Amino acid sequence: MTSQVSSPAEQADGAVVGEQREAAGAKDVRRLDRVIIRFAGDSGDGMQLTGDRFTSETASFGNDLSTLPNFPAEIRAPAGTLPGVSSFQLHFADHDILTPGDAPNVLVAMNPAALKANIADMPRGAEIIVNTDEFTKRALQKVGYDSSPLEDGSLDGYHLHPVPLTTLTVEALKEFDLTRKEAERSKNMFALGLLSWMYHRPTEGTEKFLTSKFAKKPDIAAANIAAFRAGWNFGETTEDFAVSYEVAPAVKAFPPGTYRNISGNLALAYGLIAASRQADLPLFLGSYPITPASDILHELSRHKNFGVRTFQAEDEIAGIGAALGAAFGGSLAVTTTSGPGVALKSETIGLAVSLELPLLIVDIQRGGPSTGLPTKTEQADLLQAMYGRNGEAPVPVVAPRTPADCFDAALEAARIALTYRTPVFLLSDGYLANGSEPWRIPDPEELPDLRVQFTQGPNHTLDDGTEVFWPYKRDPQTLARPWAIPGTPGLEHRIGGIEKQDGTGNISYDPANHDFMVRIRQAKVDGIDVPDVEVDDPHGAKTLVLGWGSTYGPITAAVRRLRAAGESVAQAHLRHLNPFPGNLGEVVRQYDKVVVPEMNLGQLATLVRAKYLVDATSYNQVNGMPFKAEQLATALKEAIDG
Amino acid sequence: MAETTTEGTGTTEALSLVPKAEGRQSMKDFKSDQEVRWCPGCGDYAILAAVQGFMPELGLAKENIVFVSGIGCSSRFPYYMNTYGMHSIHGRAPAIATGLAASRRDLSVWVVTGDGDALSIGGNHLIHALRRNVNLKILLFNNRIYGLTKGQYSPTSEVGKITKSTPMGSLDAPFNPVSLAIGAEASFVARTVDSDRKHLTEVLRQASAHPGTALVEIYQNCNIFNDGAFEVLKDRQQAEEAVIRLEHGEPIRFGHDKSKGVVRDRATGDLKVVTVTPENEAEVLVHDARSASPTTAFALSRLADPDTLHHTPIGVFRSVDRPVYDTQMADQLDTAVEQHGKGDLAALLAGGDTWTVVG
Repeated sequence: MTSQVSSPAEQADGAVVGEQREAAGAKDVRRLDRVIIRFAGDSGDGMQLTGDRFTSETASFGNDLSTLPNFPAEIRAPAGTLPGVSSFQLHFADHDILTPGDAPNVLVAMNPAALKANIADMPRGAEIIVNTDEFTKRALQKVGYDSSPLEDGSLDGYHLHPVPLTTLTVEALKEFDLTRKEAERSKNMFALGLLSWMYHRPTEGTEKFLTSKFAKKPDIAAANIAAFRAGWNFGETTEDFAVSYEVAPAVKAFPPGTYRNISGNLALAYGLIAASRQADLPLFLGSYPITPASDILHELSRHKNFGVRTFQAEDEIAGIGAALGAAFGGSLAVTTTSGPGVALKSETIGLAVSLELPLLIVDIQRGGPSTGLPTKTEQADLLQAMYGRNGEAPVPVVAPRTPADCFDAALEAARIALTYRTPVFLLSDGYLANGSEPWRIPDPEELPDLRVQFTQGPNHTLDDGTEVFWPYKRDPQTLARPWAIPGTPGLEHRIGGIEKQDGTGNISYDPANHDFMVRIRQAKVDGIDVPDVEVDDPHGAKTLVLGWGSTYGPITAAVRRLRAAGESVAQAHLRHLNPFPGNLGEVVRQYDKVVVPEMNLGQLATLVRAKYLVDATSYNQVNGMPFKAEQLATALKEAIDG
Repeated sequence: MAETTTEGTGTTEALSLVPKAEGRQSMKDFKSDQEVRWCPGCGDYAILAAVQGFMPELGLAKENIVFVSGIGCSSRFPYYMNTYGMHSIHGRAPAIATGLAASRRDLSVWVVTGDGDALSIGGNHLIHALRRNVNLKILLFNNRIYGLTKGQYSPTSEVGKITKSTPMGSLDAPFNPVSLAIGAEASFVARTVDSDRKHLTEVLRQASAHPGTALVEIYQNCNIFNDGAFEVLKDRQQAEEAVIRLEHGEPIRFGHDKSKGVVRDRATGDLKVVTVTPENEAEVLVHDARSASPTTAFALSRLADPDTLHHTPIGVFRSVDRPVYDTQMADQLDTAVEQHGKGDLAALLAGGDTWTVVG
C-alpha cells in the first residue's frame, strides 16, 4: 500500500492472478503479479512472528505489500480451539496494492482449528498447506470435525498439501540437544522455510534475525535456522511441491528513494520523535498500557537518547494528567491510549481545552463499547473524540489513512496542537497499528518546521501604561493564547479549569464573558488552517465515496475495481475530521450520491449530514475486521445503480 | 527553560537545580493581586499566610515555583500565590505535578489538596506519587469534611458523623492520612496544624529540603461545616494532654511537665502511652524520623484516637533518603546518550532493513 503513489495504470486490485509458465530445471517456476498468503495456527504457534519474517523478506525483495495480523485478546487461549486461532495475512505484488487482500491464495494451517477458522475465506483452487501431525482424532473433535477434512473429500476443490510439519521439524533437529517439545517449537520456522522456497524469498534476513533474537541461546538460534533451512529444502526436494512462484519487485509502484517496511504504531512513534525534533521541544509521553496502543509506549521508551521521557502512569487519567503537566512546562506532550482510555481521560481533555495548552491524544481505536474487542479494529471513537466531554469542548481531530501515513499524521497533529495551543486527537486504529507497508524514508530536512516561540515578556499595556502579561490575550490570526512556561521571569500566572476572563485569565463567572469564551474557543478550532480535501474524479462521476482513516486502502481498491469495470465513481478521503476542510461542503453537494463506508454505524455520515444537510448514505461494517475490497465494490455498485 | 530539561545529573539535594532569587524577597512578593475568597475565619487563611511568609526564606526565583491544585476549597490556593500555578481538576493534581516535576527539574513544585481531593477521588494518584518519590511537596489540608459541596462527610470524617448526606451517621471507617502515606512508601511524612504558625513553618522548612515527595498533612478548621474539629489540639489546656510533638532525636514526651511518654509494649511490640516514672524513663522512645524501617513511624501514626484525637503526634514522622524519580529519569536520558550517542533522526527512520528504488 503506497498511498503516496498515484497509479495511472489503475491496477485492478481484484484482477485474476496472472500466470506464466517458465521451465527452470526440474521444477516449474511460475510468475505471478500478486499473492495473498495467510499463516494460521494456535496463539502459541508463533504465527505473528512467522508472518513478520515473511513480510520482512518480502519487503527487502522490493514487492509492494500490505499485512493484516489477526489475533485473539488472550495471550494463550486454550490450545487447539477456534477462539485460540491466530493468523497473519500478507498480500504482496509486483505493483501498487492497497489492502491485505480479500481472499488468500495460500493458507498455512498449523492445526484443525486453524483450518476450520479460515477455510470459509479460501476460494476454490487455493493452496492449503496443513500440518498433518496435528490432525489427530482428538484435535479434530475439539473443533467439531466428525471426520478428517483431509480424507473426507471436503477439501476436494483445493490444492491440498498434507505435510507432517512437526515430525519433519523434529527429525531435522535430531542432532540438536533438544527435548521433543523444544524441537517442535521450531515448526513455524520450518513452515516459513517452505513458503520462502515456494515464493523465492531472500533468506539472509531471517537467519540474521534468528541469530540476534536468540543471541543469548545460540543453540536455539541454530535449531531455528536449521528448521528454516529444512523447510526450504523440503520444498526443493519433495514431489508434492512441483511448482514455485516468482513475484517480481514492484519497481514501477515506487518513486525513487530508500524504503523500509513499517507498521502504523512504529510510524506513529517515529512521527512523534520527529515532531519533537522539528519543534525543538522535549517529548513527554504519559501513558497507561492498553491494547492496541502499548507498542507506542514501548517504542518511545527505547529512545531516551532523543530526550524522550516516557512515564508509565498508575492509570489512564494520570497518563494524560502527567502529559498535561509536562505541556505546562514546555514539553511536546502526548498521551497514547485506546477507546476505553479516552473515556477515562475525557475530563482532563476538557481541562486541556480550557487551559489551551498543546497536547496530543493518540487513540488507537479498537472494537467497543466497554472492553469490546481489544485486538480488533473499529472506527467507532470518532464521535467520542468530537463530543465526548462536558460543556462545549471542541478538539481538532486528525486521522492517518495507512500504516506509513501515521508518521505524517503525527507531525500534522503536532503542528495543530503547537500552533493553536490545543489538545488534538490523532485517531488511528488497530488495523493501521499492526498492519504494515513499505515506506519511503523521508529526509529529516524535508520535514515541516514546527518551532514555537515561548512568550518572554509582557504582552499587554494597561490604561495607566503598565506593561503586564495576560495569559489569555490571543494571537489575532490563530486565536492561540501565549505559551509562557514556568521559569520565565515576570510572567508568573495562574490557569485553571474555572471559566476565565477574556485576556487576563482571572476567574470570571460573568455570563457574557462565558458566552464569549465558549464561542472563541470554538472559533479557534473552526479557524484551524487545514488543506482542502482532494477529489479523485477522472470521469465526472455522479457518486462520491467519502472515507476517513484506515478505510482508505479498501475504498481505493474498490474504486479501482469499479473503474476497471467501466464504472464512474469519485473518491475523497479525509485526514481532518475537525475542522473539516473548507471545501468539503461544496464537494459533497456536487454529487447526486455520497456514500460513506465506515467501520462504525455511520459516525462520519452523521457529521456530514448534520453540517452540510446532504443525504449522505452509510455503508457500515463493525465486525472487527477491515472492509474487503470486493464487498465494498459491490456495495458501491449498488449505490451507483440504485 | 525547556531546552535544559534533557540534561541532568543525579543529585540528592531537593532544590539544587532551582535558580535562586536575585535580591531579598518578602512575603509581599508572593501575594497575587487576586482577592482571597475563602469564608471569613477559614483555616486556609492561616496556611496561606504561613506559606507566603516562608517562601522568602527559601530564596528561590519565584518564576521557578509552581503550585498545582485539584478541586475543593483548599485548591483555590494557587490563585493567591504570585508564582506559576494551575488549578486543575478533582483529585488529579499529583499526576499533573508529576509530569511537570519529572520534565522540569529546575522547578520547585508544590501540590495543594484536601482530604476529599487527595484521599477520595484522587487517592490513586496520591499513593503512586508517594511510592515513586517524585520531587513534589504535597500539602494536604485535612478538615475532615467536604466544604465546597457544602458539608458531606469526607474520607477522614469520624465514623457516625451526621452530615447532609449521612443523616443517620456515616458508616465509612476513616483514613488516617499519615498511616496511608507511610504504607504507600512515602519518604517524608509530617503532620501540623493550621493555627500553629511556628510549627507549620518548621514542617514546611523540613519538607522543602527533602529530596523526593513530601506529604504534609495540615489539620485545618472549616468553621462553616466542621467547626472545632481540631479544637482539642488547639485549646491550650486540652492540647497539653492531646498533642504529642515529635522532634527527631528527642524522647517522645508530652503532657503537663512532660509527665507522659511513649514506650514500646514488650508483649506486643506496639506503642503505648505511659506516665513517666524514674523506673520507666529509660524506656521512653527516642524519635528517629530517619529510621530505615517505617514500622515505628507507622505505630506512632496509630497512637491517636480517631474520634477524640487524643494522643495525636504532630511533626515529622518519617524523613528518609530514597532515590528520586525525576533524578533517575534524567539519569536514564544521560545514560542513553552515553550508550547510544545523541539521537540521530535520519538513522532512526532508516532502521536496519531498507531497499532502494532508483528512478
